[in-house]
Parts: sequence; structure tokens; C-alpha cells
Amino acid sequence: MPRVGPVTGDAPRPIKVVLNWGRRYSLWVFNFGLACCAIEFIAASMARHDFIRLGVIPFAPSPRQADLMIVSGTVTDKMAPAIRRLYDQMPEPKYVISFGSCANSGGPYWDSYCVTKGVDQLFPVDVYVPGCPPRPEALLQGIVHLQEKIASETLSDKAIRAKYAGSRRAAAGEVTRPLLTKPEIAESHTSGEES
Amino acid sequence: MSPYLTVAGAVLAGGFLFLAAMVAGRLFAPAAPTTAKLTTYECGVDPVGQGWAHTNVRYFLYAFLYVIFAVDAVYLFPWATVIRSADLGMASLAEMAIFIGVLLVGLAHAARRGLLRWV
Repeated sequence: MPRVGPVTGDAPRPIKVVLNWGRRYSLWVFNFGLACCAIEFIAASMARHDFIRLGVIPFAPSPRQADLMIVSGTVTDKMAPAIRRLYDQMPEPKYVISFGSCANSGGPYWDSYCVTKGVDQLFPVDVYVPGCPPRPEALLQGIVHLQEKIASETLSDKAIRAKYAGSRRAAAGEVTRPLLTKPEIAESHTSGEES
Repeated sequence: MSPYLTVAGAVLAGGFLFLAAMVAGRLFAPAAPTTAKLTTYECGVDPVGQGWAHTNVRYFLYAFLYVIFAVDAVYLFPWATVIRSADLGMASLAEMAIFIGVLLVGLAHAARRGLLRWV
């Protein structure tokens, strides 16, 4: 059953302030750059509009070491299960910023046959940054807005279950077929050498 | 006796640090294992193949140079504590000379193969 640690769940208010402060100023980004918005994301990480000074470090090597996912770009229907699986593989507490109009709602491809119209169809989004593409300053404002949101949140068992695992959307993404099996090693080449 | 107490204290401090980190994780961290979360990470797709991968055998040379330099250094440190003692000093010098001589044969072979030139 999804749960939060006892100190986080029942902490008095000053401890919660300290924990939220630590969590919101140490976000590691699992940057999900898919299309043109990824270029604006890279621009926001570079020298002029630097988001590392906000504590957001863009070097998470895998989703297991990340707690913020910034989906920047168009999500196609082919990519959607991969994004869903990667979101599931992030550890709680995790946050999602939907960057750009394609990730918000399908954007200019709202009428396409194979675009997922908005990444919030797959998982819950915390902050939407509108624009096509949004300016890097817009991403900075989105990150600051997310940090204010984290400052006022309380992590509890109920919140975890409502938002992530245990919610209706968590079960909807579960794979119900078995995963692909390992390829079997062919026996023919060893018998050919012996003979 | 007291140097051993210091070593024991360092070991206990290290063990305590590890325990503190794991306990803090249990106290603070959320735990929400779902089936999808526990699958092996392979860029969002189903993992295929085995966990082992092919690698070239030429990288054994890194292990070779590591043994010469790092394992050698580990055995040189205790020698420094006995070299000035009256009964062990000269004997330890002779033994360490043999030890370092064997390592130098390996180092000469590595130099002859051109491994000590910067790639």
C-alpha cells in the first residue's frame, strides 16, 4: 500500500516547512525533450536564463534519480506508452511540468490522427507553461510557480494515493500482458563445432 | 592498543552513518511500488536480452596497471611503520625489495608494450 514515511506524514509544521524547502530547491529534472520546446528548454538551462540557480539540475541520468519531469514537445501516440512507463519509474514525490502547447493540449496538432492531445491524459501535471514555444523566461516562471506549490503542499498517505499509485490513472497505465521474454540462445552453433 | 581503538572507532562511525542514512530514508521517504515502477529501466520500452553485454578483452590492461600501482601502494603503507625499528628494519627492506622487484618486472613489460604512453 503506498505510504509516506512516518516523520513526513505526521510532522509538526516547522519540520514540514524545512522538508518542503529542501524538496523544492533540489529538483532534479528528467528532461523529456521531444521537439522544438526542447531547444527552449536547453536555452533556459544555459547561461543567460539559467535555471540551475533555482536549484533545478538538468542532469538526471535516468528517471530513477529524478523528481521533476518537464515534457517539452509533441507527444505522439507511439511515444505515449514510453512516457507513461518512464513516469511510473520515477520515485515519489514527483512533479510534472508540461512545457509548450503540444504537451499542454496537442497544440498546433490538435486535429492530428496520432498526437496525444495533452500529456495530462497520461499522468497528472502540476504546472502548464503555455507558448509555442514558450520563452525561457516562461519556463523560469513555471519552475518558480511549481516551487511555490511545493512550499504549500503536505505529503501524506492520502495525497500519495490520490495522486500517484493507487489512483485510477495509475491502474489504467499498468501493463496487463507479460513483458517480452528473453531471446533463446540458439543451440545449433555448439553442435556444429563438435561435429 | 589505542591505534586499534581508533580503527574500530572509524569502522563504527562509518557503519553508523550508513544506518542513519537508511533509517532516515525509511522515516521520510514515500514508498509506492507499482508493477510498472519495478520493471527494469530501458528507456520506457520493455527490457529485452540479458543483463550481460560484450566487452573487449583489451581492457584487462587497466586491471594489470591497477594491480601494479594500487595494490603495491596498499602494501607499502604498513612497511612504513616498521622500517625504522631495529629488529625488523633491514629484513623488511630486503623483503620489500623483492616485492617491488617483481612488480617492476610487470611495469617493465607494460612500458615495453607502450602502455605508459598517453593515449
